[in-house]
Amino acid sequence: MNIIEVRNVSKQYHDITAVKDISFSVSEGEIFAFLGPNGAGKTTTIKMLTTLLHPTSGKITINGNDPVTDSYNARRSFGIVFQDPSLDEELTAYENMYFHGVLYGVPKDTREKRITQLLQFVELTERKNDLVKHFSGGMKRRLEIARGLIHHPKILFLDEPTLGLDPQTRNHIWSYISNLNKEEKMTVFFSTHYMEEADRVSDRIAVIDGGKIVAEGTSNQLKEQTKTANLEDAFLSLTGHNIREQDASQLDIMRSIRRRRGHG
Amino acid sequence: MRVVYILWLRQLIRYSRSKARIIGSLGQPVLFLVALGFGFGPIYQKAGGGNYIQFLTPGVICMGILFTALFTGIEIIWDRQFGFLKETLVAPVSRFQIMMGRTLGGATVALIQGIIIFLISFLAGFRPVDYKMIPLAFLFMFLVALLFTAVGTTIASLLEDMQGFQLIMNFLVMPLFFLSGSLFPLKGIPKVIEILSKLDPLTYGIDGIRGTLTQASHFGLFYDFSILVSITLIFLVIGTYFFSKIEI
Repeated sequence: MNIIEVRNVSKQYHDITAVKDISFSVSEGEIFAFLGPNGAGKTTTIKMLTTLLHPTSGKITINGNDPVTDSYNARRSFGIVFQDPSLDEELTAYENMYFHGVLYGVPKDTREKRITQLLQFVELTERKNDLVKHFSGGMKRRLEIARGLIHHPKILFLDEPTLGLDPQTRNHIWSYISNLNKEEKMTVFFSTHYMEEADRVSDRIAVIDGGKIVAEGTSNQLKEQTKTANLEDAFLSLTGHNIREQDASQLDIMRSIRRRRGHG
Repeated sequence: MRVVYILWLRQLIRYSRSKARIIGSLGQPVLFLVALGFGFGPIYQKAGGGNYIQFLTPGVICMGILFTALFTGIEIIWDRQFGFLKETLVAPVSRFQIMMGRTLGGATVALIQGIIIFLISFLAGFRPVDYKMIPLAFLFMFLVALLFTAVGTTIASLLEDMQGFQLIMNFLVMPLFFLSGSLFPLKGIPKVIEILSKLDPLTYGIDGIRGTLTQASHFGLFYDFSILVSITLIFLVIGTYFFSKIEI
């Protein structure tokens, strides 16, 4: 069964098409990596999957629910760790965790148990009563990930979760997530710039570039298709070696439009 | 219900941690109370209006509530910029619950601010005529707080960033305050000002508080109450509608 179905989805911001007619699916229990250079449309796609943006056209199904017409049931099926910060800095680490647990309706005993366990896991137990605004970037990131793991959803979205974390922490966090995937059949959908990470943990990979899906398959399939030895080379062969400036500026235009239009 | 409670609690925790904000937002009302209260007091008395502090205090209480309520509503813009809004919007809870929690939280904070000003006004010589009416005065204060938090939420749902802030300040907050009969009695004023005052929802809040604390209501308590409740409900609906339309 496909727990995520994306059919001919496009997203247009004025004259800029951020995502162009993409289709893919993720089956239940899979770890799915979503790769692409900056500005390729990864975050826009994840926002559409998680009900924060409505597609301009096409259809999305999340655990059988349409995120546009049945956003409530769609939201009940997933959890997400965002790319950019979404913590309340005026609250303590514990309060951020606690509020999340309540928002997601995690029963009290489970909530307390998981908060204690996760704070320990990301090594923030000693700082749990400190305001988040006093945390370093890495600490905030760890807290954000820990917070996303308090409730155990059917689908876990991770938008560049390990960005800025050291290899030890990255490993640590991925082993935890792989474990959840195995034990609870949790589907994991993540984006990353670390190719070895995608290679190592994912079952299947989709590569998006310029708003289009340019390749989809297992890591080995992508390597065979591009006749390359590793995923990094496969990725570069699919998306090109250039740092395409028009893409960067396109992203900036998109951002400024979003800011003007109330989507920032 | 738990969701509403937790978002209400969040507003209160944030409020209790921002000591500078609590004191800062008391400055202006206290200045009005002291400067205008004592400055205009003698003239007001000579003109046969009675004790000006008694007249002014309900207006100044509402001023504090108006400012705090609107800005806790507008805080959604900050939450959007700092990302916390996303966290609440993807949670499996209805937008209505989120809106209610935030609005009740903001209104509670504004009410506390109003009560602090009420207590400070005693130092300036304000005395309620009938102490038994104080709970009713608090009810009016809460309605004003609720109304303007909902207004703030509506504005914040439509605005992208704080650039429109000065606009709101000069074309909404200030006129709302000055035209509400907070500083002058509504009796015998020019027709235009009278009409504008009657269109200003804050007028009925102030009049209600005046009626309960100093028994000097212009419109009558029941009339004030009915209008205030109706407008508050309307803005809660409007606020919820626009809040539910937010895309990030």
